[in-house]
Formats: sequence, structure tokens, C-alpha cells
Amino acid sequence: MTTQAAALDRGGMDATEVGMGVYNMKLGMWVFLLSEVMFFTSLIGGYIILRGAHPDMFAQPGVVLNVPLTAFNTFLLICSSVTMVLAFAGIERGDQAKLKMWLIATAVIGMAFLGVQVYEYIQLSGHGFVPTVEGYRAEGAPLYGTTFYTMTGFHGFHVLMGVLALWYLVIQAFRGKYTAGSHGAVEITGLYWHFVDLVWIILFTIVYLI
Amino acid sequence: MATTMTDAHAAHAQDHHEPSFLRKYVFSEDHKVIGIQFLFMSLFFLMIGGLLAAIMRWQLAYPTDPSRPLPGAGLFPETMVNAGIILPEFYNSAVTMHGTIMIFFAIMPLLVGVFANYLIPLQIGAPDMAFPKLNMMSFWTAFVAGLIIMAGFFVEGGHSAAGWTQYVPLSADPEWTGVYTGQQLWLIAMTVLGFSSLMGAVNYITTVINMRAPGMTWLRMPLPTWALFITAILILLAIPVLTGALIMLLFDQTIGTTFFTVATGGEPLLWQHMFWFFGHPEVYILILPAMGFVSEIISAGSRKPVFGYNAMVLAIVAIGFIGWIVWGHHMFQSGMNPTLGMSFMVTTMIIAVPSAIKTFNWLGTMWRGDLHFHTPMLHAVAFVAMFVIGGLSGVFVASTPVDIFLHDTYFVVAHIHYVLFGGSLFAIFGAITFWFPKMFGRMMNSSLGKIHFWLTLLFFNLTFFPMHNLGIAGMMRRIYDFTQYEFLTQFQGLQVFISWSAFLLVATQVIFAFNFIYSLFKGAEAPQNPWHANSLEWTAAPSPPPHGNFERTPTVYRGPYEYSHPDAADDYWPQNAPGHAAPASEPAYAE
Ligand code: HEM
Ligand SMILES: [Cu+2]
Repeated sequence: MTTQAAALDRGGMDATEVGMGVYNMKLGMWVFLLSEVMFFTSLIGGYIILRGAHPDMFAQPGVVLNVPLTAFNTFLLICSSVTMVLAFAGIERGDQAKLKMWLIATAVIGMAFLGVQVYEYIQLSGHGFVPTVEGYRAEGAPLYGTTFYTMTGFHGFHVLMGVLALWYLVIQAFRGKYTAGSHGAVEITGLYWHFVDLVWIILFTIVYLI
Repeated sequence: MATTMTDAHAAHAQDHHEPSFLRKYVFSEDHKVIGIQFLFMSLFFLMIGGLLAAIMRWQLAYPTDPSRPLPGAGLFPETMVNAGIILPEFYNSAVTMHGTIMIFFAIMPLLVGVFANYLIPLQIGAPDMAFPKLNMMSFWTAFVAGLIIMAGFFVEGGHSAAGWTQYVPLSADPEWTGVYTGQQLWLIAMTVLGFSSLMGAVNYITTVINMRAPGMTWLRMPLPTWALFITAILILLAIPVLTGALIMLLFDQTIGTTFFTVATGGEPLLWQHMFWFFGHPEVYILILPAMGFVSEIISAGSRKPVFGYNAMVLAIVAIGFIGWIVWGHHMFQSGMNPTLGMSFMVTTMIIAVPSAIKTFNWLGTMWRGDLHFHTPMLHAVAFVAMFVIGGLSGVFVASTPVDIFLHDTYFVVAHIHYVLFGGSLFAIFGAITFWFPKMFGRMMNSSLGKIHFWLTLLFFNLTFFPMHNLGIAGMMRRIYDFTQYEFLTQFQGLQVFISWSAFLLVATQVIFAFNFIYSLFKGAEAPQNPWHANSLEWTAAPSPPPHGNFERTPTVYRGPYEYSHPDAADDYWPQNAPGHAAPASEPAYAE
């Protein structure tokens, strides 16, 4: 009984584990990300089908959307993946200062990304590029706005969740919760963060460039 | 049950103290309690779904007949039932909510919520799920979804009336159905339920991969666990696609986007593709676990190893794969390119092959076995028979030329009920009677169980078999008053027959409910292993198992179906019995 409880406490990392050799949280995050892949596939797939059916309802790249601004934003997000890796590398060597610094950097860049996205939304809707049929005055047709805002909005929501998780990690890091031997939360948040970054690169390509 | 832990060593006593009532039965993180919570919730919804069906059948037997008012009509507001006559709007809601509740709030949680939670850790020899907290949240999220879906019945305009498939534009525009809030509650409830399923799926997959006891190799896993594992993968990958579609539809309705509205460039067919891309894997979510339970019960009830265990596993995996490329068979009549229709027809027929392999293997397992027809076994055998009928009607409608005539008729209604009621629900009844002793430490009454079984089998067939004929004769599904069509009036008598069979079918379930509740309190005390089965939940844990499941982590030496093995002293050989030692005998539950 006690060994059982201990097994649970250590997330199943003992004799009961004949599995992947990965701790449960990490495996769970991978599994969860698979379902996220399907979620974004459904949004992006819907977009591709709608655009294929009505090419005339979508504007050419650069006509409505501000590509340079978003390219800069993409660059920001890629940078944040790098800082996330640095934070992880730091704590793997037990370097608390590096961990805190790079976690904060990642969270701040993530917030900057969101800020730019909000600014972009305000600008676009000012030009009549809105998600709804009502009030749509931009190039193309409302379908364009509908798909654009749904896809980028859900991505933005994922970034927001990531930023919240990152600030949580920062707080815990200042409490000294992570050590070289135990920092699973940093690793799995990193996995999530890289995933969100990757989705953005795909979205940017499909929505802004093609 | 307050705990008094003044002792300085309290922290060490953690394992031994009694958790508070709330922690133990309400916000429990114990996978067994969570499974049982799902059981009570989904049985409640099974009842609601059954009552809705009875209302529909009253209307079909006596369409808008003032001399035959709906019994209990006074209980309904005038917007639903007026002067004893079921109004068309309410009929549409009843059809929609019968399908929705049965599929998503009864059968799916019964198969997965109950048994994935209850069985997986026990069968693989784990103390609990990988993420017990997440597991608890999964139940309470489903509970909230249940509240939201029930709320829909009480709002102005009634509940969603667009069918469980929610085809647009019917579902998108309140103009067609007259439903406003109810429609949106439907979408929200389903989204919330999706989150619950996802949390569950992440847990089941991680647990099976990572928490198996020593010696529990992949090919020693009991088939229910295998089936639930593959089912969890299907849930994990299919639900997000539904969620995406639900959100799009909700946006169309609430903020005025235009995913599905034709006038402004949307595509109604996009909904159908997204729904069925989820929907077909979903029907396998609804049958794979049932197949797993049936394999377990038939093997134990025949005292023989499962015939072709590896083939069974392969068939489950194959169904899990091919299930992704057949969704178009629901859309043959939606204006699809015939060549594409042809490919969907072929893939659909291919997927019947692994199903047939499984059927063959169940028969092979029973062949010349020492058959014990206890209640679970009866249900399992009936499952095989009913599933064959449903599978065959599936192959009929899978063929495009035939489906032109049969699509959206009562033939499809017959098909889905042979697979979902005759199939899934029979397996669920079997599984509940089979694992009830483990869950509650008491046996269910076997005479009542058998009476319930035979009556259910009889009335089920009387209700649903004639629907094949109705469908072939051209009666369309989801129709409020078939007497509007001259050619259908000849079936008035048959409709009355079907309806009364259905009422008796619903009434028969009272026997089950009584047996369930009675046995909870008064059932004979269950031994640890009443069916003399081999898997760990029977051989390594008492009935019911304590928190943490096993005294010590069991070690597994062999597969789960070593019945009547020449090297074993008894006709069963526990998975955790080392070497050739004879297992400790205990008297079998006298049937
Ligand atoms: C041999 C295997 C099967 C085949 C070939 C098959 C084929 C089909 C086809 C072609 C349809 C569409 C008919 C139409 O709308 O015109 C259909 C409908 C349906 N099937 Fe199956 N099926 C099989 C097994 C199952 C199983 C195991 C389940 C669930 C447990 C299931 C549940 C359903 C449901 C719920 C529908 C109706 C969907 C609706 O509301 O329109 N089927 N099946
Ligand atoms: Cu299908």
C-alpha cells in the first residue's frame, strides 16, 4: 500500500512503469498536443476547403493583411522559443538565475506577441476587416474575416494560456521549486510553447503568405 | 467522518487515515469512485433518453390523434404538448435529444467514462490513473455538460431540434426550427463534454502506456483494456475536430460569422464533412469497448482462451485506423462526386472485414467450450447475434446504389439500433452485471437478470426489426406525422405494434433498475473472483478493491485468457500466479 502511494507520488516512476521511459506528465503533454494538432487541423482544413471553394472571396497576400508587421511578430515568437530552450538548459544545469531570467524573457516576448496581435486586430477592423458579415467593408468577402479571426484568435488564445503558465513557472522558480533533478513543469511548458510557436509558423505561411 | 490528526506523525499516517466524505465520494480522485460516478450519471441519462423515445413512439403510433392523448400530457407545458397532442416542435426536439443524449450522455460515458476509469488501472495492475486530479475534473466537467444539456429543455423556444447530426442550415438559423437558446446550449454542452472526454483520453492513454505492472506486456493486456486504449486514441483525435465544428457553428449563430451560411459564402457541406470526420470514428468509439467487454465475458463464460487473441488485437487496431477514411458513407446523398463515393464505399466494406474477424473469433471461442450461460454471458452472446444483423445492414447501406433508396429512412434507424442497442447496450448490460460484484462487493440477482435479458432481447427485436421493412417501404426518418403520405398509411397497424413493443422494452428496464438498486443493498456478498476469471482485478484485489487497488504491485506471468490450461490445477490460471503453482481455489459463484 505504501509502495503504491509512493509510486503515485513519483508519477509512476518506479517498478510499475514498464512504459515509454518518459515520465507521465511529459507523455501526457505529448498526447494532449496530438489532440491540439487535430483541433488546429480542423480550423486550418476548414479554411483551405472554404478558400478552395471561393477563391474570389479572399484577397491576395498583402492586400488586406499587414505582412511586414506579422513577419516581425513571427520573428518575436521564434525568439521566445529560443529563450524557452535557454531557460530549460539553465535549470538542467541547476542554474536558478538563468532559469528565472529566460523564463521572464519568454513570458515578456509572449506578451509582446499578443500586444502586436491586438494592435493588428484594431487596425484591421478599422479598415472594415471584421469577422462578421455585418460591417465587413474590406477586400474579398466576410468569409475571409470569419476564417482569419477564428484561426488567429484561437492561436492567440493558446499563446495567452502559455503566457499564464509561464508566469506561474516564474513564481515557482522564485520560490526555488525547480532543481537540476526536478523541473518537469518547465520541460512540459516548453513543449507546449514550442508547439504553439510551430502552429503559428504554419498559420503565418498559409494565412498571410499564400 | 472528520479526521482527527493531532498526532505529530500524522503525515506518515497519510495512507491510513479516512478521507472526508466529500473527498471520498464526491470530489474523489480514486478511479473506481469516478467510474461509479459516471455510472450513476449515465444511467440517469439512459432513462431520460428512453423516455424521449417513448414520447416519439406515442406520436408515431397515434399521430395527432385527439382520442389518444399522450399519457401524462399534463406534465408538459402547452408549448410542448397541447390538449394531449405532441406538437411538431417538441417532436423535433425529442428526436434530436433522444439521439444526442443516448449517444453522448448515455452510451459513450457508460462505455468509456465508467469502464475505462474503472477497469484500466485494475486490469493493468496500477494503483490509479496517471493523473488522478485530471480524472476527477473529467467527471465534474461531464457533470456540468449534463446540467447544460438538461437546461435546454427548460428555456424558451425549447431544446435543439436539428437532429443529433445538427446539419446546417437547419441548426444554424433559428428561422427553421424556432429554437434559439436551446440550440446554443446544445453546442455549448457538447463543447464542454468534449473537454471532459479529452481529459479522460489523455489519462487513459498515458496510464496504459506508462503504468502497467511488471510483466504486463502489450500482448498480455486483457481485451477490454486494449479496446479502451484504442478508443481513447480515437477520442483524442476525433473530438477536437467536432469541437472545431461546434465552435464555428456557435460563432455563426452568436457573433454573426459565416462559416456555413450559403448566402454569404459559407459551405453547409463543410459541416457535414467535419461532423462525419468525427462522427464515424465516434461510432467505433461506441462499439470497440463493447467488443472488448464481450471478448472478456465470452472467454470466461466458455472456459476457453479467446480464439485468436492476436487477431483480436489486430482487428481492434485495424478498425481504429480504417475508421478514419470511411466518413463519406454518411454523405452519399449530399451531392458527392460518384468516384469519391465509390472510394468511400470500398473503404467502408473493407472495415467490415476486421469486424467479421472478431465475430468469427467470438464464435471460435465458444465452439466446444464449457458454456456457462450466466447473465453477463447471455448479454455477450446476444451482442454477437445483434451485431451481426447490424453489421450486415451496415454493409447494405454502404453500397452506394442501395443507399440512394435507404438513406434517411427507417432502415438506417434499424441499423443504428442493432449496432448501438443490440450491440453496445447489450454489452453494457453484460459488463455491468459482470463487474458489479467487483464494483460494489455484491452479486446482482441472477433470476431478475435473466428475466430482464430475455424480455429485452424479445422486445428489442420486435421494436427494431420491422423498421427495416418500414425503411425499405420508403418511410423517412425523423418524420412527425407519416400519415401525410398516402403510401405510408398502410403501416398504421405496424406502427402501433412497434410502439407497444417499444413501451414494453422501456418498461422492462425497470426490472434492471430494480435489480441494480436492490442488489446494491441486499445482493449476496460477492467473493473476490465470482466468475473464476484470470485478470488482475479478480485475482489480485478484493471485491471491492481498496483505495490504491493492490496490497503489493502484482507481477504478471501470462496472458489473461488461460482457461482450461493443461498445466493449471484449476480451469483458470490467474495472470499473477507464478510458475505452475495451482491457484488458491475458492468456490465459484453458484449460478
Ligand atoms: C460493419 C460495420 C458497419 C458498416 C458497414 C456501417 C455502415 C453505415 C453506413 C453506410 C451508414 C450511413 C447510412 C445512411 O445514412 O444512408 C451508417 C449509419 C450509421 N451507423 Fe453504421 N456501419 C457499421 C457499423 C456501425 C457501428 C458499429 C455503429 C455504432 C456502434 C454504427 C452506427 C451508425 C450510426 C449511428 C449511423 C447513423 C448516422 C445518422 O444519424 O445518420 N454503425 N452505417
Ligand atoms: Cu459511419
